[in-house]
Amino acid sequence: MRLLYFAWVKEKVGHAAEDVEVPGDVATVAELIAWLKTRGPEFAHAFERAEVIRAAVDQTHARHDAKIGDAREIAFFPPVTGG
Amino acid sequence: MIRIQTEDFDVGAEIAALRSGRTDIGAVVSFTGTVRDHAGQETGDITEMTLEHYPGMTETELARIEAEAKKRWPLQASLIVHRVGTLKPGDNIVLVVTASAHRDAAFDAARFLMDYLKTHAPFWKRESGPSGDKWVEAKESDDAATTRWSRNNAAG
Repeated sequence: MRLLYFAWVKEKVGHAAEDVEVPGDVATVAELIAWLKTRGPEFAHAFERAEVIRAAVDQTHARHDAKIGDAREIAFFPPVTGG
Repeated sequence: MIRIQTEDFDVGAEIAALRSGRTDIGAVVSFTGTVRDHAGQETGDITEMTLEHYPGMTETELARIEAEAKKRWPLQASLIVHRVGTLKPGDNIVLVVTASAHRDAAFDAARFLMDYLKTHAPFWKRESGPSGDKWVEAKESDDAATTRWSRNNAAG
């Protein structure tokens, strides 16, 4: 699964993209965040306030309770500030 | 139509292109968002703004928002142009143009497009100034502006 990070999430994680093998028992966006937080201090820091982080599953906005299924690409980012 | 670009745009030229060869349009509304030199009261505290986006999702999301506007209002044409990269105070950031037979649809659709763009399109602004760099925080008032439209038939 490809993971993408944007804005300050990217800065805190330290990179923009990576391919990961997600454990089989990780079923939702929230569970994916919980698993990511165990991957090192930079992830624990980036996802410390998980409730403010937004996610997109295959380039569609997704809530934290959304199933990740067999998604190819999941992105994490702060609330958007364009316009 | 949707465009993401680093280069500037010319509002007059964009509107002229949209209207070119058409005589069925009775109202054209445009909104231009530009870079301010201040976040709060003090002027001059922003010297540069960098816009990051999510290539792929940005285009998909803007197309979805534009399609929703066309479902809600009888638009004859619409255009969204959003710049990315590093901008200076006074620079253009975003352009929304809507064209319809009558003004109400054009005004409402332009507002709808901007409100949804601000809360759904994956862009992020970072401001630079004398005191360093700072990611711009999302405003609750923007969420409220979008929620207003979702009372009937939400776009997302």
